[in-house]
Amino acid sequence: MATLTLDNVRKSFGATDVIHGVNIDVADGEFIVIVGPSGCGKSTLLRMVAGLEGITSGEIRIGDKRVNEAEPMERNIAMVFQNYALYPHMSVFDNMAYGLKIAKTPKDEIAARVAVAAKLLQLEPYLDRKPRELSGGQRQRVAMGRAIVRKPAVFLFDEPLSNLDAKLRVQMRLEIKQLQRELGVTSLYVTHDQVEAMTLADRMIVMNAGKADQIGKPLEVYENPQTEFVAGFIGSPATNFMPAGSVGVNVGKTVGIRPEHIQLTDSPTRLQARVAYCEALGAETLVHLRLPHGQLITVRQGGHLPLPSEGTDLWLGWHDAAMMVFGEDGKRI
Amino acid sequence: MEKRVIFKGWMLPALLLLPQIVITAIFFFYPAGQAIWQSMFVPDPFGLKTQFVGLGNFEYLLGDPYYRASFVTTAIFSGLVTVVSMGVALYLAILADRLIKGSGTYRTLLIWPYAVAPAVAGVLWMFMFNTRVGVVAWYLGLLGYDWNHVLDEAEAMGLVVVASSWGRISYNFLFFLAGLQAIPRSVIEAAAIDGAKFWTRFRTIVWPLLSPTTFFLLVVNVVYAFFETFGVIHTITAGGPQQATTILVYKVYSDGFVGQDLGSSAAQSVILLLLVGILTVIQFKFIERRVHY
Repeated sequence: MATLTLDNVRKSFGATDVIHGVNIDVADGEFIVIVGPSGCGKSTLLRMVAGLEGITSGEIRIGDKRVNEAEPMERNIAMVFQNYALYPHMSVFDNMAYGLKIAKTPKDEIAARVAVAAKLLQLEPYLDRKPRELSGGQRQRVAMGRAIVRKPAVFLFDEPLSNLDAKLRVQMRLEIKQLQRELGVTSLYVTHDQVEAMTLADRMIVMNAGKADQIGKPLEVYENPQTEFVAGFIGSPATNFMPAGSVGVNVGKTVGIRPEHIQLTDSPTRLQARVAYCEALGAETLVHLRLPHGQLITVRQGGHLPLPSEGTDLWLGWHDAAMMVFGEDGKRI
Repeated sequence: MEKRVIFKGWMLPALLLLPQIVITAIFFFYPAGQAIWQSMFVPDPFGLKTQFVGLGNFEYLLGDPYYRASFVTTAIFSGLVTVVSMGVALYLAILADRLIKGSGTYRTLLIWPYAVAPAVAGVLWMFMFNTRVGVVAWYLGLLGYDWNHVLDEAEAMGLVVVASSWGRISYNFLFFLAGLQAIPRSVIEAAAIDGAKFWTRFRTIVWPLLSPTTFFLLVVNVVYAFFETFGVIHTITAGGPQQATTILVYKVYSDGFVGQDLGSSAAQSVILLLLVGILTVIQFKFIERRVHY
């Protein structure tokens, strides 16, 4: 168990900069999720912490010890890969015991540690099986088990749930969270799925084009996005963006309003729009409306409200506090 | 995945099978049958008439010290060719696998020797090591080593092994490289994080995952060393000195077409046929079991 510090970490491949100076302080036992669209450099950042990619400049410290030059094996970390990266020719037991065997751990201790992990992950009946004889969720658990038995200072997760089907993903998400709480190991988790980020993170880092746009508790980030990118990326359906002038705001360039902060009324309020189509999801309904100049606006309302029929003209209303104003540079004003 | 086609009559399937059956019959069954038939006769010195001797040819062969020596020669030769060509190819493939820049050029250059026919390769090596005009032999002479594969049995064996392995390295390299690149990078990375250094990773992860490729190459290379090296041996040593490089397939040729003993030659072909059959069965039965797919 340890803290993890990234101090102005940069990475370039030749002349291309992919990470533009990232600063993160991870407290002992904290669960940090790095979220961002594909190509934003989040996986590269994780691989730099793991020691699988070099660091161009800056410093990474694990438990106050500089690890820039350390080999992956010397960093006291464990990593769970997207494709699990299990050793296909070894049994589940051997997969989990591999690292311990290399570290020359006594046999009875290996057996004991694997047994504990297997019990924790409900893998006991499968210890003799090969990875190919397991389901996706079980393979995922073996990958977790391999990380756990080594008792590392830091867990690294590289999109570990993206190869699972939707139902299993929700289940494994809960299991990972529970497990991390139980073990209290500092964790860094990379994903492109904002739901995973919101549910798992103690604090999340939203990355955009090699920069950390915002770091904070999930709800803080959701309620108070610092950049236009964060406002658009976190939250589903996405925030509606309109030119500042069109909604009567004199500062900044764009105004973002979350779908749930807009109310639909028959009587005139702020803007008029025509209902394009509705998606009734049961508990809630997503109403898509078209503004006179063609832009689509999404409104989220409770499922109990009557469904507006397509083609009717309605009024969009919102409180001033719901408006998030962003400047030319995309930063919040 | 598997698509089965069901035919109504028997005409079309028979027609589709015919080319393969005809080719196998003409080029395999007919000569094999001919060899078996011939192996039971002894022709007179002028080839005018033949005499039926039953299994006499086989009896004679198994008692012949030269023939038994040829077995040992073949075992040493094919063992060395297989080990050398696969070992060097694996080493080069590991290097190429780690290469990012210029890997295309490197690969192309390594593949070239495969395009050289065995007989031509044999002539090339023969000239390099020729005791009178060979470049390598001359340099060895400068270093104080008197190279003479025409007289020295070990040198002759070494030379035919190197010449036979040379072109084969390209072929093995291709398969090893493909095999190495089929191993997911993340598995190697996981092993690195687990604390395995390069050699440990190779021994515990890469080698086992490469074993299907290795097994395939083992079978193919042994068969190659048994048969296709004829051209190399014929051009470099012609089986000498003192029959030190006379492998079984070369003896079939020299006894049959040089020594004109077609009965014995045919009997040797039959033995060779059985031997390769047995070897292949053993390889698939016993080695394949230890291969992880």
